[in-house]
Amino acid sequence: MPAWLWIVIVVVVLLLIGGILVYNRLVALRNRVDNGWSQIDVQLRRRYDLIPNLVETVQGYATHERELFEHVTEARARAMDANAVPDQAQAENQVTRGLRQLLAVAENYPDLKANENFLALQEELTGTESKIAYARQFYNDQVMRLNTLIGSFPSNLVAKVFGFRDREFFDIEDPARGPSVVDFPG
Amino acid sequence: MYEQIAANKRKTFLLIFGAIVLLGAVGYVLGLLYASGPYGLVGAVALAIVLSFTSYFAGDRIVLASTRAKQVTPQEQPRLHNIVEGLSIAAGIPKPRVYVIPERAPNAFATGRNPEHSSVAVTEGLLETMNRVELEGVIGHELAHVVDRDILVGTIVATLVGAIVLISEFFMRSWWWGGFRGRRGGDRSGGGAEAIIFAIGLVLLVLAPIVGQIIRLAVSRQREFLADAQGAMLTRYPPGLASALRKIGAASAIPMRSANNATAHLWLNQPSRIEGEGTGTLEKLFSTHPPIAERIRRLEEM
Repeated sequence: MPAWLWIVIVVVVLLLIGGILVYNRLVALRNRVDNGWSQIDVQLRRRYDLIPNLVETVQGYATHERELFEHVTEARARAMDANAVPDQAQAENQVTRGLRQLLAVAENYPDLKANENFLALQEELTGTESKIAYARQFYNDQVMRLNTLIGSFPSNLVAKVFGFRDREFFDIEDPARGPSVVDFPG
Repeated sequence: MYEQIAANKRKTFLLIFGAIVLLGAVGYVLGLLYASGPYGLVGAVALAIVLSFTSYFAGDRIVLASTRAKQVTPQEQPRLHNIVEGLSIAAGIPKPRVYVIPERAPNAFATGRNPEHSSVAVTEGLLETMNRVELEGVIGHELAHVVDRDILVGTIVATLVGAIVLISEFFMRSWWWGGFRGRRGGDRSGGGAEAIIFAIGLVLLVLAPIVGQIIRLAVSRQREFLADAQGAMLTRYPPGLASALRKIGAASAIPMRSANNATAHLWLNQPSRIEGEGTGTLEKLFSTHPPIAERIRRLEEM
């Protein structure tokens, strides 16, 4: 065989190996993004489950805050119906804001703050809020990596051939980070 | 990060290989002294292999048992469990098992062989003195060790060194008591065996500082800085861990009964065993941690 044929074969083999490596990396990152999304989903669901309980507990003490309760319940319903990533993020912001208000209101009722059930719910909520934040952090990190790989040369060629698409970031307000109001009552 | 994981796997292999060679050599010498042929060597190598297997597969349980750590449920420690779960989501690893150690000194460690088989243990003192943000800083540091597989090297070192310390203490004591008995009773028949035991004891005595050096090489101080930084990346809040370290530094005079030289390197901060004294002279030999003030300074610069 002539020398040029050998060179062509070697180049083709190297390109194939490179392509396979990039493809595997893309698949791994896509799975991590999906996994990250399902983590967020799990935590958001946990928060949906907590809200009716919390509203009910606070309602027993703070009878004059009807409007706020309705607002939180509505925000929850809207968030549960949301589909696309940006819509969901938007709706979750409403929930977060409502819950913060609810806990701020609870500050005015000493009996409520002494209620053991409320304290347990508050810890669960704080924990879930920070888990949402951490899940979002993980998800966004992985999305950034995936998008970088899809966007940069030469991996963008492989991505195009196999139809890998940019993913959307999940932008919500940072709820429980640093010394937060939710965390240290009183 | 991937280089660190690879480096830690390499270190683990070297440690196990080293233990087999070391124990094999001791066994070989024993065999020569007893003129029993290759049995000493074979027995010692077999022992080393069993030890290595045990430390790989059960090292975490041994370490946890030696610190008298107790596993806790989410119902018993909701705050701790929430924090561990949240940060493992951020780190992208399965949630480790959660343990509490009955000690007043605030401290913590992580153990296991990989993220799928890992445990985080904190002392009661830590739970009492830290607020949520500080606790997050501490757990973030420990989870960084889990992600980087530092826990694998640390656990293997702890169990192998623990075994060697145990064996050397056994020989030293049997020589000490045997020596007394021999001198008093004038029983000369045990003289040969005594000399051998004495020789082994002496060898192991010389070995102790070398073992300390090995620990320091295997679990370098740089690892702690790195875990601090990675932990802060997880929590995105370096002042949390800085504040936790400050509290731990202030409480360093509280002794820890469950810590020893074999597990010292695993802890968040160098544990002290002597009442009132920050770090004892013997602990200095096994000093595995950078000064706490330096760690705080670096965190504050982030």
